[in-house]
Amino acid sequence: MSFGIPFFPQEASSEAGQIDALFYTLVAFSILLGLALSGLVVGYAVKYRIGSKADRTGKRSRSLPLEMSWTVASLVIAFVFFGWGATLFVRRDHPPADALEIIALGKQWMWEFRQPGGQREINELHVPIGKPVVVSLASQDVIHSFYVPAFRIKQDAVPGRTTHIWFIATEPGRYHLFCAQYCGTQHSQMGGWVTVMAPEQYAAWLNSQSEGETLAASGEKLFRALGCSGCHGASSKVRAPSLEDIFGRPVALDNQQTVIADERYLRDSILNPKKEIAAGYEPVMPSFDGLIDEGELQMLLAYLKSLSRLPKAGAKP
Amino acid sequence: MTNAAMPGTYLEEGSGPRAWLLTTDHKRVAWLYLISLTAFFFLGGAMAVLMRIELATPAGDLVSDDVYNRLFSLHGIIMVWFFLVPSIPATLGNFLLPLMIGARDLAFPRLNLVSWYVFIFGSLFALFAVVAGGVDTGWTFYTPLSTLYANGWVSTAAFGVFIVGFSTIMTGINFIVTVHMLRAPGLTWFRLPIFVWTLYATSLVMVLATPVLAASLILIVLERVFGIGIFNPDLGGDPLLFQDLFWFYSHPAVYIMILPGMGVVSEVLPCFSRRPLFGYKAVAMSSMAIAVFGFLVWGHHMFVSGQSAYAGVVFSFLSFCVAIPSAIKVFNWSLTLRKGEISFETPMLYALFFLALFTFGGLAGLFLASLAVDVHVHDTYFVIAHFHYIMVGGMVTAYMAGLHFWWPKLTGRMYSETSGRIAATVTFIGFNLTFFPQYVLGFDGMPRRYHTYPPEFQFWNVLSSAGAVVLAIGYLMPLFYLGWSLFRGARAVHNPWSATGLEWQTSSPPPPHNFETIPVVTRPAYDYDMKGLEHERFSPHREEAAG
Repeated sequence: MSFGIPFFPQEASSEAGQIDALFYTLVAFSILLGLALSGLVVGYAVKYRIGSKADRTGKRSRSLPLEMSWTVASLVIAFVFFGWGATLFVRRDHPPADALEIIALGKQWMWEFRQPGGQREINELHVPIGKPVVVSLASQDVIHSFYVPAFRIKQDAVPGRTTHIWFIATEPGRYHLFCAQYCGTQHSQMGGWVTVMAPEQYAAWLNSQSEGETLAASGEKLFRALGCSGCHGASSKVRAPSLEDIFGRPVALDNQQTVIADERYLRDSILNPKKEIAAGYEPVMPSFDGLIDEGELQMLLAYLKSLSRLPKAGAKP
Repeated sequence: MTNAAMPGTYLEEGSGPRAWLLTTDHKRVAWLYLISLTAFFFLGGAMAVLMRIELATPAGDLVSDDVYNRLFSLHGIIMVWFFLVPSIPATLGNFLLPLMIGARDLAFPRLNLVSWYVFIFGSLFALFAVVAGGVDTGWTFYTPLSTLYANGWVSTAAFGVFIVGFSTIMTGINFIVTVHMLRAPGLTWFRLPIFVWTLYATSLVMVLATPVLAASLILIVLERVFGIGIFNPDLGGDPLLFQDLFWFYSHPAVYIMILPGMGVVSEVLPCFSRRPLFGYKAVAMSSMAIAVFGFLVWGHHMFVSGQSAYAGVVFSFLSFCVAIPSAIKVFNWSLTLRKGEISFETPMLYALFFLALFTFGGLAGLFLASLAVDVHVHDTYFVIAHFHYIMVGGMVTAYMAGLHFWWPKLTGRMYSETSGRIAATVTFIGFNLTFFPQYVLGFDGMPRRYHTYPPEFQFWNVLSSAGAVVLAIGYLMPLFYLGWSLFRGARAVHNPWSATGLEWQTSSPPPPHNFETIPVVTRPAYDYDMKGLEHERFSPHREEAAG
């Protein structure tokens, strides 16, 4: 902040400083190259303006060594920036194992969050400082995008799948949360604040909120209410695969393939059960498409994931 | 020598609506396009001005959110498909391609006229959607917003764009065949002006990419109207499939838009430097390289969409590769000035401003191709600034350079040089004032397509809105002095800039079939060292003298 005019956005996550280092290097490179080229062009324009007495002997309109050298130099510089940007980027795919998982649901035009303890928030998100947080994103309707400029993170929430983004907040404060993907009439209103608190304050804040049940607990109730347990339960008469400890495990399909039972597979199996049939079972399960909304689907997924005995590794199996 | 006033030019060959609306003369079809595109440019521009006025304050006080969303959607649809894609190819390209290669017309003159009718029909179809209620999906028509949620006339607008695509394809085919079949004797591929090379590269992209756009738009209409599940996840579709299809067209389309501008600048810089284009072959080949690489980078629009991180890495790598041929061109253009005899007429000013703006737009492209940085600035004003630097600062500036450069050839008249230089400078200042603040806004985190915004972003928004007013003046000025010149301007000599190139060897304006006798080419392009050009150099081109 300088004279109230924002030049540089706040840095409030562990990644922000590293991304800014690349950004400012690119700025420096652009200024340098821009100045060199402007100097060259303006210099030529003045020196060789019409009627000037500049020496014009030794004109050339091609030079292989010169052309080769600027091509190679451009390539080298481009690859350096590529490698730098890519190295920082691929970390997005690997959230730390002990990350706190927040479930987020985007809908026209609000964000709904669920803390691991079940506390529900609308357009507000409270997170502790210094602890990895992974946000699992889903959308009820159109594509939205979870964007916190101060953290330098952004991830689209796409209907029909679950996406993830993680961060470690480093500075206490309140930061803008935006929807970055155009989502209809009130797109610019769809946002709120991320509040970063010291761990003690965060714990106190959690306690002050009405508990609510965890997403997995709601999912378990739903699992019975919808009749899922009738077939998938231990004492069922219908032969259906047991869902105990299925999350993250390989599943053999009747088309000889094997898939990992990740969020994508579980989601598809609920909404479109005929798509991938577990080997050895009859395709008798009805589709729940249209019967449950995205929020309820998130509860079911949370419940199924809670049955897993695999060591928890962030959001990824 | 025959001069413009005398009968026998294409302008005097029959008048009245019939003679123009049923013409197959490529020069007259170019005028039909020029007039329609100018109308679309100012229509799209007016929408941009309304948006900038709205954004001068953080609150939404001028128009409602729905109106604002319709404004930016239509601004994008009109500017991309009804102005930028056809801009240089359909106007200057149409007029000049046969003249530059020593042909009497395009290969398919009737197809050329049909392409204009298809363009008008399609664009009016889309405009009907505006009058009927508007479209609020953005020009990108992202699903499932466009298929399931958007109100308005999405199908109509998409179908209009679909129709206009056929006009693009027709123009592309016509140009490709013309370049292959109708070159004058002696005009080998490596004697072609770069403008012809870029039109050729553009045409290839038009013919190969536009059908994919057509397919995606039809799929949208199928899903909206018949409920077929293609993009809707509830019906087993995938919303990201649309983005893949859309950008498979729309990224190459960016090169459809910028390549011809690069061609214009490659004509203007040598002429006003009196030097051959530096590294001619590298510039020609880099145009082809851009056309090919342009097809392989669409995924860089989807780094945060949920696309796999590994796909992101590959697309980032390829995006850096496509930056190389553009960088090569910038270096070649700059070196062209070396040891020249440089003068600063209006077309040259526009071309130099192009060089600056294109460079700063291109450098911002490096930021966006860098994965980690893109995660932050994707879908913010940084992206808006980047592509306006390329599309408006680059393409429209090159279009203005070309329009001023070939204006004497199009009309047989000169325009006020002073007005031209003032307009070019006002445009340059207004452009930077409008769009540079948007880089800062984007880095500060202001998302695009926002009707309202947090108050701390206001300072840069006010600067940008003020710049838009200056920019509007810069674009309105030529409307007046070129309009004046059309009827009252001083007569132009045949080759007022003492330029090389076959188009300057025929009269201004040219006769209906371009050349009395088909020229024979014996020299390379941009042969500004050639004896005989020098003495014309200082002839006062604003007078009727010489010739």
